[in-house]
Amino acid sequence: MNVQDGPAEAEFRAGVRAWLAENLPPGWGTPEWRWPEDRVGFLKDWSRRLYDGGYAGLAWPEAYGGRGAPLPLQAIAYEEFARADAPDHVGLIGIGMAGPTIISAGTDEQKARYLRKILTGEEVWCQGFSEPGAGSDLASLQTRAVPDGDGFRITGQKVWSSFAHIADRCILLARTDPAAPKHDGITYFLVDMHADGVEARPLRHMTGDAEFNEIFLDDVYVPREDVVGEVNRGWQVAITTLLHERGSTAFFLLGRLDVRFRRLLQTVRSLRTDGRVAADDPLVREAVARAYADLQALRFTSWRALSDMVRSGMPGPEGSIIKLQWSEANQRLTRLGLDLLGPDAALWPGGHDSWQWQQLRSHGNTIEAGTSEVLRSIVAERVLGLPRSR
Amino acid sequence: MDLTYTAEQELLRKTVRQFVTDRVTPERLAEIADGPDGWDPGLWKETVELGLTSVSLPEELGGAGLGFVEEAIVAEEFGRGLFPGPWLGSVLARPALTGHVLQAVAAERHVTTLVGLTAPLVAEGSAVTGRADHVVDLAAADLLVVLTGEGVFFVDRDETDWRLLPTVDGTRRLGQVALESTPAARVSGPDPRLAQQIRTRAHAALAAEAVGVASGAVEFAVEYAKERQQFGRPIGSFQAVSHQVADAFMDAELARSLAMWAAAAVDAGDTTAPLAAATAKWFAAEAAMRATERAIQVHGGIGFTWEHPLHRFYKRALWIASQFGTGAELRARAAASLLR
Repeated sequence: MNVQDGPAEAEFRAGVRAWLAENLPPGWGTPEWRWPEDRVGFLKDWSRRLYDGGYAGLAWPEAYGGRGAPLPLQAIAYEEFARADAPDHVGLIGIGMAGPTIISAGTDEQKARYLRKILTGEEVWCQGFSEPGAGSDLASLQTRAVPDGDGFRITGQKVWSSFAHIADRCILLARTDPAAPKHDGITYFLVDMHADGVEARPLRHMTGDAEFNEIFLDDVYVPREDVVGEVNRGWQVAITTLLHERGSTAFFLLGRLDVRFRRLLQTVRSLRTDGRVAADDPLVREAVARAYADLQALRFTSWRALSDMVRSGMPGPEGSIIKLQWSEANQRLTRLGLDLLGPDAALWPGGHDSWQWQQLRSHGNTIEAGTSEVLRSIVAERVLGLPRSR
Repeated sequence: MDLTYTAEQELLRKTVRQFVTDRVTPERLAEIADGPDGWDPGLWKETVELGLTSVSLPEELGGAGLGFVEEAIVAEEFGRGLFPGPWLGSVLARPALTGHVLQAVAAERHVTTLVGLTAPLVAEGSAVTGRADHVVDLAAADLLVVLTGEGVFFVDRDETDWRLLPTVDGTRRLGQVALESTPAARVSGPDPRLAQQIRTRAHAALAAEAVGVASGAVEFAVEYAKERQQFGRPIGSFQAVSHQVADAFMDAELARSLAMWAAAAVDAGDTTAPLAAATAKWFAAEAAMRATERAIQVHGGIGFTWEHPLHRFYKRALWIASQFGTGAELRARAAASLLR
């Protein structure tokens, strides 16, 4: 057991810092920073820069444009990108979900066709899993895919699809055998978002942002070569995606919490418009110490999960609790940040860096990628072996 | 960064777990806890002979030559089985004792405990005066390691005016010691870092113990929720029950991560060790309290009885939370260091 960097880790960390110092967009992180009009274009350029620097898909095999780096180095890169509060890669769904699924279950053609462009930022992916009638009970989804020549025709509606309005491709689940038990009639597709019959309509969430979308599919043709795994065996492939969604993103999520905790310390120290300094309040200090413990507990739980993966190749039980605990810790932290503002908490400054925005957005975290209730049941039933509730 | 245990460390864990399971049955635990002084000299002798009190003692002094991570493994397993023996006192006294003194203490089979961490006593020549409350393992410890402004002293417990106090956790009685120009032997001179070192190790050890207590309680809850039938189903199939158990498990695992961080930081002599250990201690103590509370609730009536061991786990959790700095005190100190 060792909580310090080994020599190779320390060298890599220094390399990431040096790269960031040289490559972050000019003015990034300063009060003068202004987002350009074309945010997506900016993030695509940044993603290309990450790819050229070797920081996109660090742990992916070299054959697909990655660097084949061990998982701990990927984690260190996330830590350092968080420390610099660097912009995100434009392809979060591609890197976190579509890519790992294609790597583990895709054909050679799919790998060659899709993986590198995820990393370069050339193709943005979205996820078409949830439907208006299929949320936590995802396997009850009703979007239909019927065979047509050498492919399928898909019709239905998806919802809560982040990035769908800018996406080029979509990982999508559709029912190919309505007569089979619900888990056995689903197929996993890679859908072209520019195909005829696909329409993404932005949905505004409670911050006012249109971050995710409804996707309407009307008789959309998808060729046979864009099926992942076998027809009617898509549920098993989807599980892979969900494991990646909840597992590999631990350090990415942790990085965000880390950034917010440091902002919290700034807010606590700064003078409010009503002339007070929150740091003088013992109850605030108590809450800061709790937020710190939340952060560190998640940090070392993530490292435990990673160390287990490295040693045994299998995620340990601690992996299943990270997303749930992170989302709840993030709600507590952003709520504290908001409280610290005093009467200004009722104002709406806009901007994703404000506590007002972050606190509202945090309510999505306990719902998306598995509600806290579903995740508690997973811990109870799959980790602790308690009897199933349904 | 590596947060896994080695095969040797896992073997140590297995050995300690087996020993505690065999020797500390619920019946034996109840006898010791409800007995006159809360420990069993025969059990302690076996513990010493098995080497569990000397894992981090250098090999040339008769120990296993291992580190604090291994001490923490022992502490966790002791917590998991509520081992009733005076191990905490020796963990506390350890940083105050140097090589040959430790060897002599071990050779003469002394049981030690520490006095004067909260408020140092006063030494004049070879006599010490002062009073200490909340002293652990006083019934077992024949040799007191006393912190004074003038350095560390040995005092024969029976030269002092000492008594055990009625204590909520019967297996970890607190005591009171009064010294009035009591004869004392100097061990070492003043060391301004010593008190902090002792406190940090105590926090890290208690964090590990609390993780054990929490895990033990979770196991009770899981087993009961699987077996107990009401309304024709195991109660664990009700989410109102299973989610409580899941929460207790997650609390315990988060606490375990912090306790592992603390133990590794103590071992490495890392500058973050005091903050890590203090944070792990209060967090794990709360996790142990919540886990034991939930386990009691899940057990229903039987969990509220004297007969069921759960109340003893709960009382140990309360003990850990209250000693060596309460949560509120430790959080205030952490905030001071974070907001410096």
